Amino acid sequence: MKILVGVKRVVDYAVKIRVKPDRSGVVTEGVQHSMNPFDEIALEEAVKLKEKKLATEVVAFSLGGPKSQEVLRTALAKGADKAIHVQVSDEEASKLESFHVAKTLKKIVESEKFDAVFLGKQAIDDDSSQTAPILAGLLDWPQALYASKVEEGGDGHMKVKIPFVLSADLRLNEPRYATLPNIMKAKKKPLKAIPIKDLGVDIKPQTETIEVTEPPVRQAGGFVEDVAGLVAKLKEKGFVKA
Amino acid sequence: MSLRKRVVDLYKNLYHMGKEYPGGSKWFHDRLKLAFSKNKNVEDPTQIEQLIGRGEFVVKEIEALYSLRKYRAMKQRYYDKEDEITAATQKFEESVKKL
Repeated sequence: MKILVGVKRVVDYAVKIRVKPDRSGVVTEGVQHSMNPFDEIALEEAVKLKEKKLATEVVAFSLGGPKSQEVLRTALAKGADKAIHVQVSDEEASKLESFHVAKTLKKIVESEKFDAVFLGKQAIDDDSSQTAPILAGLLDWPQALYASKVEEGGDGHMKVKIPFVLSADLRLNEPRYATLPNIMKAKKKPLKAIPIKDLGVDIKPQTETIEVTEPPVRQAGGFVEDVAGLVAKLKEKGFVKA
Repeated sequence: MSLRKRVVDLYKNLYHMGKEYPGGSKWFHDRLKLAFSKNKNVEDPTQIEQLIGRGEFVVKEIEALYSLRKYRAMKQRYYDKEDEITAATQKFEESVKKL
């Protein structure tokens, strides 16, 4: 079984997200990026299957700007055998939608004959959770979404036949850390770059971003003088019966 | 592998891991350097072996720290129903303890 794992380069989970002053999006320049945590889980599951000899090859995939190669290298360090980078410009990358990613994945799956696609249940930047179901629809493959356990021939709650699309839930496994020696070794693993033009996938945006704003700031609390004041306040807000 | 090479590798590995230390990489790197220079005169092979072992233990601890930190952040952000995942968390935390 050949497994394709989709990995997305997103703003690191520990970074405080800031909105651009012109409200056109969030600040990504000079901000730490890393692999989407749910994609790490999907990757870990694929690598585990390979270690159990249930999979023959694990290939990492990313659609994005030039820096997407960083997360592909991380994926290689975490155990993927090969990587495929479908190139778009940073400008185009910021406007990519799940539909475009799914269409690109479909092309790769068909040309390289994969038997399964593992994805994270969602990316922590757009939170759309759409790529896996759209891809399953496009390929007409069964889908196992939000998987929390993968067993071969087990009495699970849901069975899928190969080929299939899987999206990984947080509970699935604990991803390994990319150690320094593995990072060095990963530099020698093959990484294929394909310009999006060569795949003939149309990435024209279907949605238009009107405005991006910060969530409302929590109102500061007030102080009360004494118990009587507290009771009066509670009555005023209707938390206790008058 | 020679002991010298193993010590150097351990240092490099710890340095690499310290880069994303939550309290700032500087804090970690300063302490790392201090810990190694404190033992620079150790010549007894068994003692060096012991110190390498201690360093490798720290590597595992940091790995566990990072993965737990990320897991907690994801859990907090995306899962409302606490009880549903408490079991999963416990399982995870136990496996971390074993490291």
